[in-house]
Amino acid sequence: MANELKLYGVTRSPFVCRAVIALNLKGIKYELVVEDLSNKSADLIKYNPVYKKVPVLVHNGNPISESLVILEYIDEVWNGVPILPQDAYEKAQARFWAKFMDDKCFPAVFKAVISHGEEQAVAEAQEALQFLENELKVKGSKFFGGDNINLVDITATFVAFWIGAVEEALGIELLPKDKFPKLTEWSDNYVNCQAVKESLPPRENLVAIYKKRFGKA
Amino acid sequence: MGEVKLFRTWSSPYALRIVWALKLKGIVYETIYEDLANKSSLLLEYNPVHKKVPVLLHNGTPICESLVILEYIDETWNTTARFLPEDPLARATARFWAKFNDDRVVTSIFRAYVTQGAEQEEAIGPALENLDIVEKQLIGKNFFSGESFGFLDLVFGWIAKYLGIFEETGGIKLIDEDRFPLILAWKDKFCDIPVIKESWPDQEKLITKFQLMREHFISTAAGSS
Repeated sequence: MANELKLYGVTRSPFVCRAVIALNLKGIKYELVVEDLSNKSADLIKYNPVYKKVPVLVHNGNPISESLVILEYIDEVWNGVPILPQDAYEKAQARFWAKFMDDKCFPAVFKAVISHGEEQAVAEAQEALQFLENELKVKGSKFFGGDNINLVDITATFVAFWIGAVEEALGIELLPKDKFPKLTEWSDNYVNCQAVKESLPPRENLVAIYKKRFGKA
Repeated sequence: MGEVKLFRTWSSPYALRIVWALKLKGIVYETIYEDLANKSSLLLEYNPVHKKVPVLLHNGTPICESLVILEYIDETWNTTARFLPEDPLARATARFWAKFNDDRVVTSIFRAYVTQGAEQEEAIGPALENLDIVEKQLIGKNFFSGESFGFLDLVFGWIAKYLGIFEETGGIKLIDEDRFPLILAWKDKFCDIPVIKESWPDQEKLITKFQLMREHFISTAAGSS
């Protein structure tokens, strides 16, 4: 069966990185089509006319958009290392936390970043992240997925890697170790997973980008 | 298949999705009505993160977020008619449109409903553009899910009742029959389904409630400007 797989994206995007990690985790071969988001390709607009955003996974000419939708698609089509749990309840829990991360954590962190670490914005971001900290505490496991990473860990890639880069670029503190011991430990373990390590962009590239984009003039 | 309870309010369109799903699957369940101005300790225990309804309780364990609950119901009670298709691409497409509805359609229409004057005028454009996209989804189909009723109809179902409520209380006209013939045709078919027909909350009560909600939003906005 012809299996043509393309991922439209940019390496600096934590959302694109989710898809890269999932594909690498399963050992799936694909072509990365690097987009210039200031000059989007006709293909990207054709494949994601609603949002015109990355990532878009194109499998045998069929586009799938929205990173969490892409993760579930990858898990359903390709066997190998599982991304979602088998049990319906565990699956629901994973989906709940992934959604929480995108609906609450990411926007709060983003707000803290663009405000250059304004006190209220940072407090709100930390309030959201505290739920993740508590979840790790309650689970008592190495990863959100237990002994191995799952959908929730992959969704939280921006917490494990992007927050650190932004903290360095802006000289702000979002995830102090003393307030977030579990998340800090989880981040270290997570970025050292093989599939994650080979999928992350170079940290210094992100730091440079964020210094330029969000740093004070 | 175990004990099922649904924490809901009488008026929440998100909780209504779960009512439909449970009834369509023939699942016996107990309803626990919440007063969101005075949330029960149980609700706070079962949904500590969002403190919202709906919450499904299955054998004492809670599941939150309506789209998550819908998929849970579909996977757990999987011998009766499935809401989501089998094919992974079709499932991904359904999930994409569900997210589009919740993230864009609802929020843009809500914005038009809770505002007035210039702000409302400004909000109508995006709401209509999103509805244009929704309309396109019905081309060549009986239901949002295709030939027959399914997951996406549960997701978009609020449009069949609540959109009219928002229009009336917000003083706006969004569903024009020339621009949205397919949505109107779908609405008739959707509302004909017995489970749907019997589950709508009281129309007058909804109008009163959403009228009050709009007034509250407008006065809060005025107070903070």
